[in-house]
Amino acid sequence: MYKAKIYIAPKKSVLDPQGRAVQHALESLGFQGVDDVRVGKFVELKVDSPDNTTAAARVKEMCEKLLVNGVVEEYTFELLRE
Amino acid sequence: MKFGVVVFPGSNCDHDCYHVLKHVFNQPTEFVWHKDTSLKGFDCVVLPGGFSYGDYLRCGAIAKFSPIIREVRGFAASGGKVLGICNGFQILVEAGLLPGALRRNQDLRFLCKNIHLRVENNETPFTRKLPKGKVLKIPIAHAEGNYYADEKTLREMEDNGQILFRYATEEGEISELANPNGSLHNIAGIANKEKNVLGMMPHPERCAESLLGNADGRVIFESILSS
Repeated sequence: MYKAKIYIAPKKSVLDPQGRAVQHALESLGFQGVDDVRVGKFVELKVDSPDNTTAAARVKEMCEKLLVNGVVEEYTFELLRE
Repeated sequence: MKFGVVVFPGSNCDHDCYHVLKHVFNQPTEFVWHKDTSLKGFDCVVLPGGFSYGDYLRCGAIAKFSPIIREVRGFAASGGKVLGICNGFQILVEAGLLPGALRRNQDLRFLCKNIHLRVENNETPFTRKLPKGKVLKIPIAHAEGNYYADEKTLREMEDNGQILFRYATEEGEISELANPNGSLHNIAGIANKEKNVLGMMPHPERCAESLLGNADGRVIFESILSS
């Protein structure tokens, strides 16, 4: 069994209104030098796979079919053996 | 003309669409459940507004895997007319039946108000009764209507006349101020290349009777009926 931690964020080329609002809020709180704030999603799931390669291939397929909208989002994930 | 109004769990404009088609335009109209697997006999399918599957994950992301969407793909490929309004538009872009994506509104608010649209292409089944450049007043009600597509796609859409409606001022001027949600190129409604699939954020079914104080949406349905 593998645990997948999937991080989804708006693509760099796509304006992220949430990230921008959060950045403004941080600036107004006095946090200086904050840039490129992007607000995304975090998905955690368990996948029953015999090995790391198979698990990675399955998570990638899940991301591309459902979890991520490739038009506006990008993703990375990590796999932990359980 | 026989209309089918698709009902997803969470649709909430399905009855408005049904009412307008059945009782205002006196057309044979049926609800189609999202688990149904046939669109046989229908001439036009409407994907109504609402919050299909609670908008979980992304608007339209789960609805696109409904059995009926498989049928909608085949229906559209064989030339059937498909009208997606609001959440219906979001489902059509998620399903890849229309290009691009709909992001959170630029100011992050849910917007529920009348806006003005300018008709950009009147050579489609959805706009053929409208003069080009005509301005319509139609309400919007959404939080994710901020249209995005990459530069190349936008250029192709402009070249192919796929942009049917743009947000405009009452006088028909396309400006930043008239853009309620941050949509690129002020896009409010687009069609596929073949022009038989339309997705639009504004709600023509909410303004199709003079009794409701605004009948600007009627002409979109009249166009469909005359095509």
